Amino acid sequence: MFSLRDKNLANEIVSKIKKLDVNLKFMHVCGTHQDTLVKNGLDVLLKKCGVKIGQGPGCPVCVTTPMEIEEMLLFAQNGKTVSTFGDMVNVPGETHSLQNMKTEGCDVRTVYGIEDAVSIARNSKDKDVVFMAIGFETTAPTTASVLLKNSPSNFSVLSCHRIIPPALKAILDMGELKIDGFIEPGHVSTIIGVKPYEFISKEYNVPQVIAGFEPIDLLMAVWMLVHQITRGEASVENEYVRVVKEDGNIKAQKAMDDVFELADVKWRGFPVIPKSGLKLKDKFEGYDARKKYEDELQELRNREFKEPPGCLCGDVLRGLISSKECPLFGNKCTPNTPVGPCMVSIEGSCNIEYRYTNY
Amino acid sequence: MCLAIPGKIVSIDKEKEYATVDYGDGTKRKANVSLVDVKIGDYILVHAGFAIQVLDEKEANETLDLFREMLSSEEET
Ligand code: SF4
Repeated sequence: MFSLRDKNLANEIVSKIKKLDVNLKFMHVCGTHQDTLVKNGLDVLLKKCGVKIGQGPGCPVCVTTPMEIEEMLLFAQNGKTVSTFGDMVNVPGETHSLQNMKTEGCDVRTVYGIEDAVSIARNSKDKDVVFMAIGFETTAPTTASVLLKNSPSNFSVLSCHRIIPPALKAILDMGELKIDGFIEPGHVSTIIGVKPYEFISKEYNVPQVIAGFEPIDLLMAVWMLVHQITRGEASVENEYVRVVKEDGNIKAQKAMDDVFELADVKWRGFPVIPKSGLKLKDKFEGYDARKKYEDELQELRNREFKEPPGCLCGDVLRGLISSKECPLFGNKCTPNTPVGPCMVSIEGSCNIEYRYTNY
Repeated sequence: MCLAIPGKIVSIDKEKEYATVDYGDGTKRKANVSLVDVKIGDYILVHAGFAIQVLDEKEANETLDLFREMLSSEEET
């Protein structure tokens, strides 16, 4: 039903882009976009047409900070049951990953969604169960929805949720690279709709297109960006109309508003980005692992945890270098021996590059 | 992480909290539908066990036509 693999149309879009003879740099912020681009060779193809596309900070696992990982490791070490999404357990902290802690006997569970973590808490009433909630606006409503129902009192959430628009602004404000357009993530936009991106086009004169995940979607998004640029326009267009509604998912937005408030948080590779994180409102402090276990976490508070030595994930996430430009890529750092989170996560650009380009 | 998979709703529980979703490849699983308004037969996008949007079948079928139209209208301008 949603197959969009029309080769002729793809070729037509590509030749139209090529004809315009441009030299542009676009950024997207989504691991699934990167997967589609690299898997289908579109990144290479578009480069030949004068359009470079790179992945910015769009991988929830990758942008999680060393401090957040240490918080989880400490919980595991202190005998709590800790749970989170798949790849997160393999991200190296200063000395350990959650996966290592598991082999050493700690109770670490990988879950498909937050409801699985709540079930674990329901079924083991004598244990404290902490869920590390990562993800952008696509995932945050699922956390909100669960907290709005009566979750068990031995359940809590370490909120590491972040939202996308402030990160786009941060990239532009840092001014380290010139970005001619953003391809916006389809499923984040499914929740937030079109409006939250508009200030970027207005204030920075940067065009944006919300895109789906088929090869044609991305080619079309690139063409729409190029088209805006050649007309001297900068607005937010929606290529993914079959899924993304103008207003997004209002029920999900309401759930998020009820549960979270905006917080200034750090992203890996970035300084603190104002109002880019979601923390639990006071009303939900009983479920807020940072409040509930404040005393326990105190020992981490004056410490600083560094990125792994030699790892350039920060530069990759800010779009300054491609994964292959990291000296550790493919030798010291591989999916089996990941040094940084961009190689751990299947949505990280290092992992994607490694998987599809025969190392 | 932000991956979401389309499926078709085959039944909804009484509380309208969970639906059974057919993913077309023989797998059927429960999904939480409290973030969307759905009825049996709807196609939904499921992420981390939750439906996050109802898909518009009409828009989906018209997507390619829309693209072709956009590409050709540019030629006229
Ligand atoms: S290749 Fe490895 S070490 Fe280099 S940036 Fe990527 S994850 Fe970090």
